[in-house]
This record gives sequence, C-alpha cells and structure tokens, in this order.
Amino acid sequence: MANVLAVLEVRNAVLRKGAAELLAAARRIADASGGTVDALICSVGPVSGSDGLGAAGADRVLTAQHAVFANYCPDGMAATVATLTNAYRAVVVAATATGKDLAPRIAARIGAPCAMDVTVVDSRGESIRVVRPVYAGKALQTVDLAGTAVVAVRPGAYAAVPAGKAGTPAVVTVPAFTKRLDVTGIRTSDKAALDVAEARVVISGGRGLGDPKHFALLEELAAAFGGEAAVGASRAVVDAGWAEHGAQVGQTGKTVSPELYIAVGISGAIQHLAGMRTAKVIVAINRDKDAPIFKIADYGIVGDLFEVVPALTAAVRVAKAH
Amino acid sequence: MKIAVCLRRVPDTTAKIVIAGSGTVIDETGVKFVPNPYDEYAIEAALSLKEKAGGGETVVVALGGDAVQETMRTALAMGIDRGVHLHGTPSPDGLENARVLAEHLRGAGYDVMLFGKFAVDDCGQQTGAMVAELLELPCATAVTKLDIAAGRATVEREVEGGIEQAACALPAVFTCDKGLNNPRLPSLKGIMAAKKKPLEVTPVAPGAGSVTVAALALPPERAAGRIVGEGAAAVPALMQLLTTEAKVI
Ligand SMILES: Cc1cc2nc3c(=O)[nH]c(=O)nc-3n(C[C@H](O)[C@H](O)[C@H](O)COP(=O)(O)OP(=O)(O)OC[C@H]3O[C@@H](n4cnc5c(N)ncnc54)[C@H](O)[C@@H]3O)c2cc1C
Ligand SMILES: Nc1ncnc2c1ncn2[C@@H]1O[C@H](COP(=O)(O)O)[C@@H](O)[C@H]1O
Repeated sequence: MANVLAVLEVRNAVLRKGAAELLAAARRIADASGGTVDALICSVGPVSGSDGLGAAGADRVLTAQHAVFANYCPDGMAATVATLTNAYRAVVVAATATGKDLAPRIAARIGAPCAMDVTVVDSRGESIRVVRPVYAGKALQTVDLAGTAVVAVRPGAYAAVPAGKAGTPAVVTVPAFTKRLDVTGIRTSDKAALDVAEARVVISGGRGLGDPKHFALLEELAAAFGGEAAVGASRAVVDAGWAEHGAQVGQTGKTVSPELYIAVGISGAIQHLAGMRTAKVIVAINRDKDAPIFKIADYGIVGDLFEVVPALTAAVRVAKAH
Repeated sequence: MKIAVCLRRVPDTTAKIVIAGSGTVIDETGVKFVPNPYDEYAIEAALSLKEKAGGGETVVVALGGDAVQETMRTALAMGIDRGVHLHGTPSPDGLENARVLAEHLRGAGYDVMLFGKFAVDDCGQQTGAMVAELLELPCATAVTKLDIAAGRATVEREVEGGIEQAACALPAVFTCDKGLNNPRLPSLKGIMAAKKKPLEVTPVAPGAGSVTVAALALPPERAAGRIVGEGAAAVPALMQLLTTEAKVI
C-alpha cells in the first residue's frame, strides 16, 4: 500500500496555487495500491485556501504550526517531514523554487532517493516509477525509486481532479530542530504579480520586439487574458536588460508548461525550446517564415508583431467579454 | 578563507543527444564535454571570495572517471589553486554521490562549499542541499547574490513572484544560479599554470543507491504545426483554432 504525503506550500498565510494539482499526482501513486494521501501544511496559524483539500484528494490534512513558519523555513520543514516519513512510500512536493529547495533536504535526512521536475508518477510494485526531463529537456528518463521516495512534481504536469475525500484535520508536532538558514523575507517585484512558471498563459517576447518599451504590447495582450497570463522573455532580451531574469524561459531560465504559450519575435533557439516545449499549445508570431520556432509551434502567424499582436489583443478582449 | 567548489563534467549544452544501444544512457561518441555551466558560476564565486578575503585557498572537487581531470584543469586554469579528484563512477542516485562528496568535505576545514544549481546532464538539482544536510550545515540553494562578511553570509534567490532573502553563519553550502556573476575565461597564463597545479587522486566507490534507470528516450516530437496565415489578417483564424480546436481560450 503506497501512502503518500503531499507537502504543500504556504506564503503569507495563503496556500500557494498548485496544491490541488499536487494532490492529483499524489492520488495517482496512492490509488494504484489502495493507499491514502495526507496533505501537510506548515504555518504559523490558519491558512486561507486550505478548505478544499479534501475535495482535491487529501484523506487527511495535517497541520504543523510554529512561529518559525512565518517565512519559509527549510530546516524546520525538513525536520517535521522527517518525523512522519515512516508511514509513507512517497513524499511529494511541487517542483517550484521552494519545493526544489526542500525536496533534497528531506531526502538526505531520511536517506531516500529524490527525483526532481517529474512529469509522470506511478507506483510500480515496490517502487515508485517516475518520468523526468534530463539533458535540459532533450531526453526523458524513466527511473524506479526503491524505498520511500521524494518526488518534486513539475507544475502543470497534473491537472486537479475532484476526488471527494474527507480531508480530516490532524495536528502534527514540530520537533526540536536547528534553524541553520534564516529566510528573512521576499522582495516582490512590482511587475511580476504572476510568475511565468505558474501562469496558465505565457506570452514571451524576444529580440524581435526591438526595444524594451515594446514589452508594453505583450503586457496588454496578457491583460486581455484577465489575470491568468504572465509575460516571459528570451535570454537575448534578458541579457540585454530588457526584462528581469525571473521572466526568462529556457534552459538557463524557467521551464514552463502552460496551457498556451505565445512566442513573439523569438527565433526558437534550442535553449529556448528546452524551457517551453511541454506547453500544451504553442503559438508563434514571427516575420521570418523559416524561424525554427515554427517547427514546434502548433499555430504560427508569419508577420510583423507590431501589426499582429495588437490585433490579437483586440480579439482576445472580445472573446473574453463573451 | 578556504573554499571548495564541486565540479561536474557534462556534455556541451548544444550537443545533440543520441540514446545508446542500452536504452538507458546517451551515446557519448563525438560529444564534447565541458564544465557544468552552473559550476562556472561557483568557480567564479570562489575566486572572487578569495580575492576579497585577501587570502585563503580554493579547491575544486570532482567525482568521476579519468576524463574529469581535463574538466578540472579548466577550473585550475581559471584560477582555482588545486584539485581533488575522487576517482570513481557516479551513481544514478544523487544521494550516493552526495555521500561521497560529503565524506571528503567533512572535517576538511572549508568555510564555504559551492555547487552548481544543477548539472545540465542528469538535472538532479539535489547534490548541494544533500551534502549540506549530511554535514548538518546551513544551505541556500540557487543563489543569485552571495555576500560574506564577518563569518556570515547573506544571499538572494529567485522564487515565484519575487526575490527571497536569507542569511546564515559559516561554514555553509551554497548552490549557484545564473546571475550570480560573470565567470572569467581562463587566461593563457592560467592555462600554462594549471598544468603544474596539484591534483590529488583518491579512489572512491559510490553505493548503488535506490535509483534504477529503466529507460532513456527522446521526447515525443510535437506534431508538425501549421502556419495559420500572414499578418493581422490571420488573427481571426488563429482565434477560431484556439477557441474551438485547442480549446485554450
Ligand atoms: C548555454 C546557453 C544557455 C542559453 N539559455 C537560454 C535560455 O534559457 N533561454 C533563451 O531564450 N535563450 C537561451 N540561450 C540563447 C539562445 O541560444 C538564443 O540566443 C536566444 O534564445 C535568442 O533570443 P531571441 O529569439 O529573442 O533572439 P533572436 O534569435 O535574435 O530572434 C529574434 C526573432 O525575432 C524575429 N523578428 C524580428 N523583428 C520582428 C518583427 N517586427 N515581427 C515579428 N518577428 C520579428 C526575427 O525573425 C527572429 O526570429 C542560451 C544560450 C546558451 C549558449
Ligand atoms: N560527480 C560530481 N562531482 C562533483 N560535483 C558534482 C558531481 N555531480 C554533481 N556535482 C555538484 O552538484 C551540483 C548539482 O548537481 P545535480 O544535483 O546532479 O544537479 C553540480 O552543479 C556540481 O556542483
């Protein structure tokens, strides 16, 4: 029986998005063998957004409360999870910056293997089988993890599935631990309200924009999607200082798997493709009909972005108004 | 200040990936190998920390077969003082490699231990944090800013929607992200000097671990896309496809 512990992410007493998706992945492992799924929340007090966890697949919702969880505290979280893992075959986290920081710490503490950026999870006999991209997305590795496994599931890999579980609350004690790293806070950048790694729609701009001020065109298109779109960038424009590094998509930037990825004035270099090839639908707008981006785009428009993007923005506005 | 940099030898990121006959590893024929790009940020950080401290020692540590020595020489040519080659075959289980590295770093008197954010071959993204846990040391991963003063480090790292700030005492482990610095190129003088720098070889045997690679495959090709049309005139057709065929709007 593969019982699974899903460690959820909280920031400022709010559950981060992606919890329901992570629970769907956890259920995938548990259901194959009649196992259960527990969700763990480490926080100072009540966390908003946590009432739907039973419906999203948690048999139990464990809360570990401690003043230290006002900020992300990897030492406290890893110590807490380590006291629980005897009961589980897998510990799953979302493969976000925070999840990927936490996962190897848990794994080392409990002597378990750790798999990052997993896109497929399954239980297979006594092992957990996962698929994950390697060589910057140029290959997919299937690995079997024996014993208890720590698995970071890539955001976007699993869709939330209504599961109608009980979500029975339970309290977990935070053990004594040494706080070795002191996270003092997060400086939020004024622009990046929605992160490219978390958005349902990503609109990325490249050198074809010609000037940093033309990113405004993409911001407008993003706004037309009404809060579900983020603006990304190619490395060429990040290196030129036109966009923040946090917006870079690709091998040395973020890997995104949105439902819709719109590449504007981006040629489609292999290192860029490494970051967005798993998007569900890819649209490319480029004036060069031979640009490599068209090889992987589902839909392409050959043309001047200064003409096409405003027309698309207007059309999306109309579609969204219906 | 005594600083260690853990270095991995990886295929060049532009290398075309061909799966070997075994179906679990790549075919290395004709592939160019380079220092892991993120480890170059670690090397640069080590060099500049030593320069700022006005003294100390920088050591590059690499686990791998004979071929890693060539990669280590690149680090020595950039300015690292000496090398420790842990001669053995890395395990597919990152924890086993972390154990070998931690065993060497333990008690060796390092103030700062630097790693790359991840190795671009196996994309394990775990070794640095695991080593820190095994050594019971503070660790900050994927740092884009690292300042050290009076035995304490302050760091910044990118998280979704912002920059996280953190601090810790030394000794500590850091994994380095792009943005931390601009790695220097080896100078001709550096390349000559590297040939004579000490490189100690210690045999090691990482355990088998709990990870078995069942298969390695190329990602499925995306079905060939189509050009919807040219210019703004193609927008209505695109919208039609996005709403009715792809159903993403
Ligand atoms: C180790 C390494 C790591 C890298 N990591 C990344 C990474 O993470 N992410 C990344 O993106 N890149 C990465 N790169 C860089 C990558 O190789 C490319 O250089 C980069 O992606 C190119 O950016 P671009 O497409 O914006 O620019 P270009 O290649 O210059 O393309 C600009 C495109 O805009 C089009 N265009 C111009 N004007 C218009 C117009 N008016 N209307 C419509 N189209 C127009 C052109 O036809 C062209 O196709 C990496 C490179 C290396 C070596
Ligand atoms: N075989 C190795 N020898 C030395 N350092 C390594 C080795 N493998 C990984 N590392 C270090 O750990 C970092 C992260 O690797 P990984 O966890 O495999 O993504 C690398 O950037 C290196 O700094």
